[in-house]
Amino acid sequence: MRDVTLGQYFPCDSVLHRLDPRLKIVSLIAFIALTFCTFNYASLGIVCAMVIAAVLLSRVPFKMYLKSLKVIIIIVVITSLLNLFYGQGEPIFEWWIFKVTWAGIHNAVFVCVRIVCLILFSSVLTFTTSPNDLTDALERLMKPLTIFHIKVHEIAMMMTIALRFVPTLLEETDKIMAAQKARGADMESGSLISRVKALIPVLVPLFVSSFRRAYELAVAMECRCYQGGKGRTRMKQLKLMKRDYISMAVSLLAIAGVVLCNIFLLSVR
Amino acid sequence: MHMEFIKIENLFFRYGEEDEKPNTNENYVLEDLSLSIEKGDFVAIVGHNGSGKSTVAKHLNAMLIPSMGKVYIDGMDTADEALSYEIRRKVGLVLQNPDNQLVAGIVEEDVAFGPENLGIPPKEIRERVDEALKAVDMYEYRLKAPHKLSGGQKQRVAIAGIIAMKPDCIVLDEPTAMLDPKGRQEVLDTVHKLNRENGITVVMITHYMEEAVTADKVFVVDSGRLLTSGTPQEVFSQVELLKRHRLDVPQATELCHKLRACGVEIDRLPLFEDECCALLKEVLA
Repeated sequence: MRDVTLGQYFPCDSVLHRLDPRLKIVSLIAFIALTFCTFNYASLGIVCAMVIAAVLLSRVPFKMYLKSLKVIIIIVVITSLLNLFYGQGEPIFEWWIFKVTWAGIHNAVFVCVRIVCLILFSSVLTFTTSPNDLTDALERLMKPLTIFHIKVHEIAMMMTIALRFVPTLLEETDKIMAAQKARGADMESGSLISRVKALIPVLVPLFVSSFRRAYELAVAMECRCYQGGKGRTRMKQLKLMKRDYISMAVSLLAIAGVVLCNIFLLSVR
Repeated sequence: MHMEFIKIENLFFRYGEEDEKPNTNENYVLEDLSLSIEKGDFVAIVGHNGSGKSTVAKHLNAMLIPSMGKVYIDGMDTADEALSYEIRRKVGLVLQNPDNQLVAGIVEEDVAFGPENLGIPPKEIRERVDEALKAVDMYEYRLKAPHKLSGGQKQRVAIAGIIAMKPDCIVLDEPTAMLDPKGRQEVLDTVHKLNRENGITVVMITHYMEEAVTADKVFVVDSGRLLTSGTPQEVFSQVELLKRHRLDVPQATELCHKLRACGVEIDRLPLFEDECCALLKEVLA
């Protein structure tokens, strides 16, 4: 249990790992939007090329990506089938209540490719960015929201502390379970309901100790002069490097490409 | 006149005093406690569980405010809330459980937490963090996650987090109570090194007498009162007094004390094992 890694971060030294996390988050949002703005095969091709490039550049084993795709495979199949059979226009094939049209085929392809791209883009982000970097980048990106009285620093602090304490609490759960088992608790057999009930003697002490931990942590933070986000500086300064500008340029080119294809080439539907 | 760095004058404390209707039946945790600590000293405060020694620790950085009496840190009154930030900057407190005082998921970011709160420029934080991690011999672990470290290592990271704030004094509240013997020794060595090389005043709260003997000065607290104080030699030679209050003395001291009671002529009571060996050889010769 001590080796739990949060999220799906895959430590490895690649260009994508070293990119500024803020840039990665913004690019992810841009690419997701872009994926749904593809109206013909040329623009879809550009997005696919970007996904493939990102997956290859991340140097994360392809197996990992397949694993994250496996989760959504059913959704992909069902939505593709629905689109396939409910297209408008001249049927090219008909059987019982099913009729397949060219529009249906196009729709199915687009939906399928879009969802796969969406998942792959997000996986690239979570595989190449550690949770700590992610929270850090989110805090910096959301900083402008402070004018709407959103407590950005406090939210980021909570995320940081939550990330820090997940392994600690998992370890504690292990210990409590062992302690309850030593006292004769039966957690592995019986019906689902009785097994859930058996978790109560684990969760109650875990809750109590979490509150104690929270109190002690608050004392420790106060001892270290913590006064909220005001007047606080950060050790790590994020600075855009050459590689960040290059990746930004490539992304902008891709966006421009998709927009141009949409304007000058015929839309499929 | 020479100024003490920490000065406690007739300190009384009980919990619940800050409530609107203080419970007057509540007993005082600390009663009429006075002590002073000079800059650069290595001081141990020893006592039983529940003797009030941890409560003393929390008074030293204004986490708790005296019910009666005064606590001065470098001339600043801890009761003045406006000064508590400045006081916490000067006096860092390391707590017992290393797990519950580390904030960030990466060692170096945790050490940076204190200096970040002080609003120090990023470049200087980096320097301070590296320096602090080197001082506690944890530099090579700077990119690790705290939960992958041993207890002693975590406690050293916690100490680094305090010294990165460049305090004049660190107060350690039973920093070794949850550690194995190896971790305990690591922490003890680190604290001694900081006192010796960086001139940081150290106040170590402990119930291990073996740790107390390495201090310059020892204060013994029992039921919220100061029982006795002095150099380790002075304090631990009062074996009868300590025993009466169910406190231990170092094993070497106890052995010689018992031999003395049996009629063996020993002129002084040793504190350390090798000292004891030499003394016994002398007696046997």
